[in-house]
Amino acid sequence: MATVLSMKEPKETKKIRWKDLGLSSAQLIDFYKRMLLIRRFEERAAQEYGKSKIGGFCHLYIGQEAVGVGAIEALREDDYIFSAYRDHGHALARGMDPKVIMAELFGKFTGCSKGMGGSMHMFDASKNFMGGYGIVGGHIPLAAGTAFGSKYLGKDSVTICFFGEAAANQGVFHETLNLAALWKLPVVFICENNRYGMGTAVERAHAVWDIYQKASAYDMKRGWFDGMDVIESYRAVKAAVDHARQSNEPTLLEARTYRFRGHSMSDPIHGHYRTKEEVEEQKKSDPVPRFGEELLHAGILTQKAVDDMEAEIKTIVNQAVEFADQSPEPPADFLRENVYS
Amino acid sequence: MNSKLLTYIEAISKGMWEEMERDPAVFLLGEDIGGFGGAFKATKGFLQHFGEDRVVDTVLAESAILGASVGAALAGMKPVAEMQFSDFVTCGFNQLVNNAATTHYRWNIPVPMVVRLPSGAGIHGGPFHSRNPEAWFFHQPGLKIVAPSTPYDAKGLIKAAIRDANPVLYFEHKRLYRHVKGEVPDDDYLVEIGKADVKRQGTDISVITYGSTVHQALEAAEILQQENGTSVEVLDLRSLVPLDKEAILASARKTGKVLIVHEDNLTGGIGAEVAALIAEFAFQNLDAPIKRLAAIDTPTPYSPTLEEFFLPSKEKVVNALKELARY
Ligand SMILES: Cc1ncc(C[n+]2csc(CCOP(=O)(O)OP(=O)(O)O)c2C)c(N)n1
Ligand SMILES: [Mg+2]
Repeated sequence: MATVLSMKEPKETKKIRWKDLGLSSAQLIDFYKRMLLIRRFEERAAQEYGKSKIGGFCHLYIGQEAVGVGAIEALREDDYIFSAYRDHGHALARGMDPKVIMAELFGKFTGCSKGMGGSMHMFDASKNFMGGYGIVGGHIPLAAGTAFGSKYLGKDSVTICFFGEAAANQGVFHETLNLAALWKLPVVFICENNRYGMGTAVERAHAVWDIYQKASAYDMKRGWFDGMDVIESYRAVKAAVDHARQSNEPTLLEARTYRFRGHSMSDPIHGHYRTKEEVEEQKKSDPVPRFGEELLHAGILTQKAVDDMEAEIKTIVNQAVEFADQSPEPPADFLRENVYS
Repeated sequence: MNSKLLTYIEAISKGMWEEMERDPAVFLLGEDIGGFGGAFKATKGFLQHFGEDRVVDTVLAESAILGASVGAALAGMKPVAEMQFSDFVTCGFNQLVNNAATTHYRWNIPVPMVVRLPSGAGIHGGPFHSRNPEAWFFHQPGLKIVAPSTPYDAKGLIKAAIRDANPVLYFEHKRLYRHVKGEVPDDDYLVEIGKADVKRQGTDISVITYGSTVHQALEAAEILQQENGTSVEVLDLRSLVPLDKEAILASARKTGKVLIVHEDNLTGGIGAEVAALIAEFAFQNLDAPIKRLAAIDTPTPYSPTLEEFFLPSKEKVVNALKELARY
């Protein structure tokens, strides 16, 4: 499906709102392109799941693209990234090869985990993309670990760690925040608050609904941003990452976002826990067309450029599927080879 | 006696439902078990019938769920906690092996709680959604462990677990949920914890197993009967703690050849203990070395091809039985 962007005047004139960030037109276009790539990749993953090319558990990032893209664009190549199980989008934003990601989803030997992991196990050490974890909250302390390592080794790389708002209810989230604040670690915790952990709304699961305020118990810097806006995501994460790099101080950021699809492939888009109307209302602030329209309006993108981009991304995604489909299965004797190094 | 054809998961639900009707101290807690009905829908309809005081949606925090269950049991309640997947019990390990398991030993106070653990592979869940973690707890005195293979046992054991005065870990295999059906009596029956069940009588070889592999063993036994005329007995342990030593030794003594099968990894698995018992107490009766068949000692691979290679299967049971038959 091609994006046709409406040319209507945005409510507020925000044309120059990114000027203070020093972003070039090329960078802005790149933000948009990465979001669009994630959107199309995920739509295709859903189709391939429907065809049983992808199995097991699969969680899509559709609706949350602005968080991952804005945040990861704020990083340097030597910075570390941790993700949870909704990880395809983060992997793509970091520039992992879509072919390798799709192949992992297909369980093929050419996948990043050689087909051993699947959807929740994206990983690329060469890009400091440290995965992909299926136990909710379980990866959060690992981010403190890489931050500790960077500081200890005298490197000025920063770690960012994504997790959902439900993960902030795990004890290990609090253990890690305390430790990061106490040890002054260069790490930015990014909670993607999409309002639900499976079928449980924030209000039903948190005594304090403003997730970012949980950092106040550890006297940690904190804040929230509009996670449906890639510029705001970039702005907030850049500031926190710069601060971490300069002063070794951690930050907890809450991205207010929304997932447009069900929790996983077996969960319907709306059902007992949220209404169709709610989802439709949220889709009005869909981060991908929202930013595209803004760029179009600012004259940074043209409709022709958008069409070309769609075509290019379609080819990339098609090629990823073809590659995955044609790749070999992992050989049986590989199973035992990788358990120990 | 009236009965109904139920799936394995329906039988679990039925057992919980009956116990909740029977005893107001019984309540359920877990992640999305209410309106959502649980990740596998084991508690679908419970919220509507029993209300939110007794069907409690928790936050995502396994340690708190299990610890609060211990506390509630100390206060006279009978909690039935659901781990969404048995893999996630890792986050609440301390509450089970230290608090739940040792309270009676230390203070002589019962901890009547049940933890339901949807376990097992074969659904392409990969390393973190496919585990069979029973052996971790098998080693900890103070916990009872059951692992039904049929709808009949599933209902009888969940009811017995709920009425037991001890912490009981109830392992339910995800692949059996909707693939296995059986007649389940409507009445209030229990399956005694600690009693194995001969699922098929035989005289030449014993297969000792539990959970999902019971079905592979039964199919394999039939194949051996048809193809070779070998008479294979299938002993379903049903309970892992307490282990039914008498039944294990009786079967081993009767046939003199034993194959132990489980879906969990081989090393340090339940099969190792069963083999040791037989070697220790029925050595004179053996006509062949004890054989074990289990998952390979690696994490569970996502790739469906490798997962198949990794897991025990009917074909692998048949081959192992044929080897034993030839011995
Ligand atoms: C320890 C653990 N408990 C439960 C689960 C099952 N589970 C997977 S995702 C999820 C909800 C998580 O919600 P959130 O952290 O808000 O992330 P989102 O899915 O919204 O991205 C649950 C309960 C799990 N994978 N790990
Ligand atoms: Mg969420």
